[in-house]
Amino acid sequence: MPNMREDLQHAVKLARIELTAEEEARLGSQLGDILKYVDKLNELDVEGVEPTAHAVPLTNVLREDEPRESISHEAAMRNAPKTANGLFIVPKIVE
Amino acid sequence: MPHTLTISQLTDKLTQGELTSRDATQSCLDRIAAVDGQLNAFLSHDPADALAQADAADAARAAGETKPLLGVPIAMKDVIAVNGHPLNCASKILGDFNSPYDATVTQKLRDAGAVVFGRVNMDEFAMGSSTENSAFGPARNPWDTDCIPGGSSGGSAVAVAADECIASLGSDTGGSIRQPAALCGCVGLKPTYGRVSRYGLVAFASSLDQIGPITKDVRDAATLLGVIAGEDKRDSTNVPEPVPDYTAALTGDIKGLKIGLPKEYQVEGLDPEVKTATESAVAELEKQGAEVVEISLPHTEYAIATYYIIATAEASANLARFEGVRYGARVDGASPEQMNRATRGAGFGEEVKRRIILGTHVLSSGYYDAYYLRAQKVRTLIRQDFLNAFEQVDLIASPTTPTPAFKIGEKSDDPLQMYLSDIFTISCNLAGLCGISVPCGFSNDGLPIGLQLLGQPFGEPDLLRAAHAYEQATDWHTKRPNFN
Repeated sequence: MPNMREDLQHAVKLARIELTAEEEARLGSQLGDILKYVDKLNELDVEGVEPTAHAVPLTNVLREDEPRESISHEAAMRNAPKTANGLFIVPKIVE
Repeated sequence: MPHTLTISQLTDKLTQGELTSRDATQSCLDRIAAVDGQLNAFLSHDPADALAQADAADAARAAGETKPLLGVPIAMKDVIAVNGHPLNCASKILGDFNSPYDATVTQKLRDAGAVVFGRVNMDEFAMGSSTENSAFGPARNPWDTDCIPGGSSGGSAVAVAADECIASLGSDTGGSIRQPAALCGCVGLKPTYGRVSRYGLVAFASSLDQIGPITKDVRDAATLLGVIAGEDKRDSTNVPEPVPDYTAALTGDIKGLKIGLPKEYQVEGLDPEVKTATESAVAELEKQGAEVVEISLPHTEYAIATYYIIATAEASANLARFEGVRYGARVDGASPEQMNRATRGAGFGEEVKRRIILGTHVLSSGYYDAYYLRAQKVRTLIRQDFLNAFEQVDLIASPTTPTPAFKIGEKSDDPLQMYLSDIFTISCNLAGLCGISVPCGFSNDGLPIGLQLLGQPFGEPDLLRAAHAYEQATDWHTKRPNFN
């Protein structure tokens, strides 16, 4: 018996979250219960019902594209864990 | 004891020259020093910065300035950006993040003269109903420090209930302002979706999140809403509706107001003391001339399932930004992907992981239609229930929570049970309504009980009018916890 259903393991991979074996077991069982609970939505006939993305009837909110003040480059970078020459540093991507 | 005052009481004393903002601010700081060790409402606060703002407010007043919140100390939930101050969302993943700008609500409070201070505790990334999910330890209910204060804006409610500030701001995605306000005996207002700018609010579920006030009375909620509401070009979901004078709505006259009681809200698990207290509150509204009718919200039983699909789906997308590159903590890895995994594995708490994984799953290929799209369709049905109800009534009344505050640790191993306690508050966010919780009694154990009123989109004036009329006839909101 694996610690977590295969489809949930796939979601963990997509979400890029490292879990310990113990977390996998606990979250796996809790998420199984939650998914079982939300299956109650299948009781409803939603044929022909439009989906609601959000509750206000606003679409395509536009404003003039005018240059304006923004926070400085330095302020925008100051919370980064690793920087050099005004750039974010990440582990090597290309061998 | 200036820290015990409401906004309107303090403003009167400041205007009369009986008190200074420095007195009031110092009084809050002393109170925090005296009681917050037991309550853990504040994650951090900067006394020197608060007093400097207070002095500036006093100088402005001496120079003849009048502003709606001049010199009033307001505490901020740790999910709202305040320039130059920490912003952690009660999570470890943000490391020692220090906000490089002010949220729009922060700027509006400053423009109104407020002393903006403190980072108050919450469930990590606003995910939770108890403030037990804070990476910095749970906040405690001042009415019984063994009990949870509610959440996610638990610190905001505790700070107000324990008189550590004059008022506070929280955020509400599925009840996170109203529920802790109810459990701590405060007033909590969730404005209509689109009423208050979210620029500078760290996003949890973007189609549901809204910032709002937690206060000691309804008048203060009206005053604070008037300050923070309004159009903002930096939030494209902000609705360009004019902002009325909300305090002008507090006429005390609710004759002819129609209030609906949803028959589906007689749920299993509704505590008898909560039921009695809210029924008495509704009877009081009726006595004052409101007309009470039964209504039906037939899709009520589907609201929690709908919410936990939509909110987690949106959260999984919003929280993708915490990857260890641009801000916050990082755990090193051999590749960017390994670094992301290690950082998110170490930085997020368990509830946040649970919700991100669930949200990722319901959006993933092969499951999207079955879960996410179906939930969006059921959301339409839930919203339609409310729009139909509002054809017949002006407001909807219910308990805010099915039970008073529970003990810390009681539900923390069973997330589904925790989710089910959100039954009365969640639909408001799904349907884009406004809602308020006002104190309406106490349990035999001395724990506060809240009455929830829900209003139509942009129906805050009616909502506040009814809540205020009820408050005028009762003294629940004047009670204060007596803890050692």
